[in-house]
Amino acid sequence: MAERKRSKRFEVLEARPVHKDGFIAEWPEVGLVAIDSPNDPVPSIKIENGKVVEMDGKRREEFDMIDQFIADYAIDLSVAEEAMAKSELELAKMLVDVNCPAEEVRRIFGGLTPAKLTAVMKHLNIVEIMMAMQKMRVRKTPKNQAHVTSATDNPVLLACDAAEAALRGFVEIETTVAVNRYAPLNALSLLIGGQVGRPGVMSQDALEESFELKIGMRGLTAYAETVSVYGTERVFLDGDDTPWSKAFLASCYASRGMKMRFTSGTGSEVQMGAAEGKSMLYLEARCILVTKGAGVQGLQNGSISCIGVPGAVPDGLRVVAAENLLTMACGLEVASGNDQTFSHSDLRRCARTIPQLFPGTDLIFSGYSAVPNYDNMFAGSNWDIEDVDDYLAIQRDFKVDGGLRPVTEEEVIAVRNKAARALQAVYEELGFPPITDEEVEIATYAHGSKDMPPRNVAEDLKAADRLLNEGITAVDIVKALAKRGFRDVAEAILMMMKQRISGDYLQTSAWIDENGYVWSAVNDPNDYMGPGTGYRLSQERWEEIKNIPWAIKPEDV
Amino acid sequence: MVAINEELVRKVVAEVLAEVLSERKASSTFSAPSATSSQVANMKLVEVGPAKKGTDPREVVIGISPGFGTVFHETIVGVPHSEVLRQVIAGIEEEGLKARVVKVYPLCDVGFIGKIAANLSGSGVGIGILSRGTAVIHHKDLPPLGNLELFPQAPLLDAEVFRSIGRNAAKYAKGEHPTPVPTRNDPMARPRYQGLAALLHNKEARYVDESKPPMEVKVEFLK
Repeated sequence: MAERKRSKRFEVLEARPVHKDGFIAEWPEVGLVAIDSPNDPVPSIKIENGKVVEMDGKRREEFDMIDQFIADYAIDLSVAEEAMAKSELELAKMLVDVNCPAEEVRRIFGGLTPAKLTAVMKHLNIVEIMMAMQKMRVRKTPKNQAHVTSATDNPVLLACDAAEAALRGFVEIETTVAVNRYAPLNALSLLIGGQVGRPGVMSQDALEESFELKIGMRGLTAYAETVSVYGTERVFLDGDDTPWSKAFLASCYASRGMKMRFTSGTGSEVQMGAAEGKSMLYLEARCILVTKGAGVQGLQNGSISCIGVPGAVPDGLRVVAAENLLTMACGLEVASGNDQTFSHSDLRRCARTIPQLFPGTDLIFSGYSAVPNYDNMFAGSNWDIEDVDDYLAIQRDFKVDGGLRPVTEEEVIAVRNKAARALQAVYEELGFPPITDEEVEIATYAHGSKDMPPRNVAEDLKAADRLLNEGITAVDIVKALAKRGFRDVAEAILMMMKQRISGDYLQTSAWIDENGYVWSAVNDPNDYMGPGTGYRLSQERWEEIKNIPWAIKPEDV
Repeated sequence: MVAINEELVRKVVAEVLAEVLSERKASSTFSAPSATSSQVANMKLVEVGPAKKGTDPREVVIGISPGFGTVFHETIVGVPHSEVLRQVIAGIEEEGLKARVVKVYPLCDVGFIGKIAANLSGSGVGIGILSRGTAVIHHKDLPPLGNLELFPQAPLLDAEVFRSIGRNAAKYAKGEHPTPVPTRNDPMARPRYQGLAALLHNKEARYVDESKPPMEVKVEFLK
């Protein structure tokens, strides 16, 4: 075939990172469309004798299990007819209007069906969605969550990275595995490392659901979030689940005094080949209402691990912000995504995060990678530790609270070293494979798993099995730490155990400060109603954000 | 790893969309797309009847998805399906065990396919593989979404990894505790391939047949 003559300009453009991204044209028949599929239902509701008899064009006899669950448990019937009578434009304006308090928006939105919620989002542009987020987020102060994982599941490195993530300001840290059987040891590393970095940090171990619950009941994790719900019956059943089984699982956590949230996100149904031709946002609106109906306090959404799907179709990233906003409008905590790679382009990566970062959400990232992305076992986050100084600069440039604080090299080295030594002591007390002084030293100064010497994986896995089979709990860890002179760390873990009994951190959008005090939408409610209200940086917090260590000070020149 | 270029991705996307559009025109039952010239099938899969539960403790069952080797002929990064099966089977045989292949029709979820294969396996160990390459080593006593080893990032699976999957599955079947196949991680696989994976999966989902039991498959490798 003859080479056609190429434009040098186009050759340069095609070599840019954005051209490595997958872009896909819409395919509404299978639901490969962000919003407004021709197959989405027309909003409607009919109530007879205190029961929904028709919703979004379907009569009760035609309901699938998700419709039934939403109709019976998620929609506030006392307001449904009033709310559904309002035009979508009027409802959209309520979200943005600074004079309309968030409680009033939530009262009305409590009566809306999935199709109506979706339709409202057609009327908001991205800036209006951000304005609405600033008002509708349930907790006033925005915070952040990190991923802490290792490509080799190296326990020492995980403890160090957990400590550093906690020091940098993340209030929640989440791990998963490269090798499934390492899971109990990863939970242990995050528990110890996290409490070394800052007492009160909550950790979780994202794995198979029954394991997550078990490890949580042992006190080795403080919360869970990988409890997935889906917008079509088929995908739900493929996961061997129903809305009722998920609600039951949620109550298992609550009864044990543990925080939990559900996970969903646009694109998952079409990714699994069962979107029934519906738009991604319509199906996500159903997930949000299933979460609300189950009585769960919050939701992780913003497409999450399927971000490559909405990220590939037109209007996808506006819709991802819209799903976060709908979650807030339904009164739920939102951990708002940004947690998965979706682009090779640094410009697209940053733009994708602005709608959550600038207005602030309960947890802006549901996983900022606190490790280099090559170590990220969630298959990579949108931002990783190598981007952290850019993030701190953006907080300072725009005077915005992204939940992180500048740290010094000395502080980081100190907490990493302490975390590694504490884990070393606990391993020795439990008779686990030894952590050498050399490993402690290397992990203290390491950037990632490539810097670490290999461990005897088979021996570590035996220890992981022992941890599960011998019924080791956080109390055993507290004892080991106290015995070996890490009294402060032991006390921090004991404090986390006491949280199970008080249960305050089961309130919506809770996090725990270094004194064990719980902050949530109950005692830190978002009261935004325009300039001068809502979250404003305190002088103290602004000083912290301003003082990036590498800025030149006039007096030093 | 087999390189995939933008041209190919675009070509596949265009082909899939073109096919969908033509199907829409025809608006009747769709026919299996014929293999393109670049995908000459060098393997024949012959269904010999509904798969039975094995009794031989020295076998590992490989479960393949509805379109594997028939509708689709290569993984998302172009590893031929014949090569995938050849390597997995070789890995199992290297450990002195036997491989049996079943085609799973009622769904195309890798976890369930692996679990169904494990349930049919005399050793209790099974492997699940999707057309795009995603794979799992499963055991009959684990929950469907549990696994012995999971290989979720299809674009990173090459012939060598498939051989190791076969080898490790056989070792589990023998009651050994093998070192897991080293996990590969490419954080940039998602941005490049996820949209395409969704497209491919929706295509494969059309060949799911809930009423058809898992079928025993005889594999013939052709020159």
